[in-house]
Amino acid sequence: MTEKNELDLTPNQLDALREIGNIGAGNSATALSQVINTRIDMNVPKVALVPITDVPDMVGGPDSIVVGLFLRVYGKAPGNILFLLPQKSAYNLVDTLMGRPHGETKQLDQMDQSALMEIGNILSGAYLNAFFTFTGLTMLPSIPALAMDMAGAILNVVLVQLGQMGDTALVIETEFLSEDDGINGHFFLVPDPGSLSTIIDAVGVE
Amino acid sequence: MAEMIRVGIADYKVGRAPSTIISYGLGSCIGISLWDSQTKIGGLLHIMLPDSTQANKSDNPAKFADTGVPLLVKDVLAAGASKARLVAKIAGGAQMFAFANATDIMRVGARNVEATKKALAAQGIRIVAEDTGANYGRTVQIDLNTGVYTVKTIDRGEKQI
Repeated sequence: MTEKNELDLTPNQLDALREIGNIGAGNSATALSQVINTRIDMNVPKVALVPITDVPDMVGGPDSIVVGLFLRVYGKAPGNILFLLPQKSAYNLVDTLMGRPHGETKQLDQMDQSALMEIGNILSGAYLNAFFTFTGLTMLPSIPALAMDMAGAILNVVLVQLGQMGDTALVIETEFLSEDDGINGHFFLVPDPGSLSTIIDAVGVE
Repeated sequence: MAEMIRVGIADYKVGRAPSTIISYGLGSCIGISLWDSQTKIGGLLHIMLPDSTQANKSDNPAKFADTGVPLLVKDVLAAGASKARLVAKIAGGAQMFAFANATDIMRVGARNVEATKKALAAQGIRIVAEDTGANYGRTVQIDLNTGVYTVKTIDRGEKQI
């Protein structure tokens, strides 16, 4: 069972993945901070092997309302990127992007959605660039897709794919936070089954 | 006090009146409820994938329609329900993100609906109500006192089926 071996990581390999997450997220946070002209903090990325059934609780429970930006990652180590923002945070982010006072956005119109999708592009591009610098693996994101719905429902998209291969998921997760703007979001990189060995090999850590 | 029983993803629970069984945030997943109107015993199963034979071996049969449905039926019967009176209501199976070149994985919602119907038919259980497909999430709950299956959404209101 190859996927069992693949998820069987040494502490050094987990550290290497955390470092990749760190650099990727750092790059993304800088990019986001430049776009909205505010300081963005991020926490130390979590790299964790979690039971698939626990993932919805990582983002505030399956029925919390979130805006999800979903991108497929193509290349040598394909996977999915999911950026989740609580509804309130997404509205605040849109207000900031559009130069409106906070609290103005009550629902997302076409323009707001495009703006958020562009944020998805910028974050993912910055993240995957850093990923390339570290691993030498070229990866390209697809055009983002956007949905606003229950967190559980949106997470289904990445979970079904992992669920087909096993009962656990390796997630590299970072939380972005801008206290001043009341914005926080969760950035997930979820490698496809099989991609993890490619990443580990590329880093060359045992 | 009526008890509220929560079912997670790839999980199932069996109960009896006056309890209500609830499962939150279904996207492409399906919530399958069974209910016996006389004993007021029923159950709710939250499956993620259609077919266990197309996936790696899993320790969790409740993850799949083909293995989860027989398991739910067995436990509902063991709790005292009658198979002849059991009726099913199903909801979920959405496609949350629209992509031009949707892969099989993206269409898993539709395949889940199909596999669920097949698995229920194999058990000889009738589906009396259904709210499936489209592109939005659902929270489902079965009131074991009345058999009413409530489907909640974030901006498309609430349906009782």
